[in-house]
Amino acid sequence: MIAMRVPLVAGALAAALSFVAAAQDETQKGIERYRELLSEGNPAELWEARGEELWKAKRGPKNASLEQCDLGLGRGVVKGAFAQMPRYFPDTDRVQDVESRIVTCMVAVQGFTPEEAMKNPFSTPDRPSDLEALASYVAAASRGMKLDAPLRHPKEVEAFRVGEQLFYRRAGPHDFACVSCHGENGKRIRRQDLPKLNDPKEARRIFTTWPAYRVSQGTVRTMQHRLYDCYWQMRHPQLSYVSEASIGLMVYMAKYANGGTINAPGLKR
Amino acid sequence: MADPMRIRASMTGGKVEVKVLMAHEMETGQRKDAQGKIVPAHFIRNVTVTHAGRTVLAAEWGTSVSRNPFLHFRFSGGKAGEKISITWVDNKGEKRTDEATISG
Repeated sequence: MIAMRVPLVAGALAAALSFVAAAQDETQKGIERYRELLSEGNPAELWEARGEELWKAKRGPKNASLEQCDLGLGRGVVKGAFAQMPRYFPDTDRVQDVESRIVTCMVAVQGFTPEEAMKNPFSTPDRPSDLEALASYVAAASRGMKLDAPLRHPKEVEAFRVGEQLFYRRAGPHDFACVSCHGENGKRIRRQDLPKLNDPKEARRIFTTWPAYRVSQGTVRTMQHRLYDCYWQMRHPQLSYVSEASIGLMVYMAKYANGGTINAPGLKR
Repeated sequence: MADPMRIRASMTGGKVEVKVLMAHEMETGQRKDAQGKIVPAHFIRNVTVTHAGRTVLAAEWGTSVSRNPFLHFRFSGGKAGEKISITWVDNKGEKRTDEATISG
């Protein structure tokens, strides 16, 4: 018996989407079912595999592998590290998320310049991103663990305050803030549900599933990309990759998401 | 060189259940790039699955199959420990073959 799930499921979704608002619950169920079917074959696995290869490969001017990288639990420990990020790192004296830490290691361990390490954070169809693959690999090594991002060090608390300020700060030509879309339960934009990101129930479900394979983009996207895209959608100035602002927002979300089970890389529309 | 496939093959209810994830861009030839030029079609045309010298699945694909396709099927006559081999060939003649062992 042959079952080609992808086209069949896509057909079912298209049919589900053709219902009008009255059938929203049905549509929601259809989407849940679509996700469930696809999760058996999440293409993000391909990114995890490529990330693992990159992690173990000797690269850069120092011809070293990232196995020497300290992700917060000691040199070379990958398992569980993602579940405790973002966190403060004494060697850089910064709060860092997974991507920012990978960049640090590419510079410190492998000898890349920061520009080289960060030149391609978001992939395009003809130019895959090493950082997306590496982040997928590191995240996957914490799958099933509970998120426990620390909020004790003064810099972590400061990052939380920065994130909180940014979350509520309305700006730009649309006078938008994160809270405009993510501050109330039960909101959606067109057919897309908008999570209330400072509600633990919602944050735990959302924050723990990034990085994620985006079906509409055919690639894995990271939390850095999600925030970058939100800033673009709000018509705010561009959010710089692994900037303090981006990490502040993650620390803010992580506080509410703590206790949620990591299921990354996830699978999203 | 294309990335390897991820293959899972296991015995379920006396049959071999196979799940394959292939890394392929599956360009339809209808999309335009940032310069407005058409991105040439590039997609998997044939998929063949063999087990112990016989073909258990042969498929002809086109541009309507998604990027990074996922294929799920079952076949009879396999046993745990035996191997299956999966090959795809795309419209540019590129190909990739991967093997997996059926688990119990």
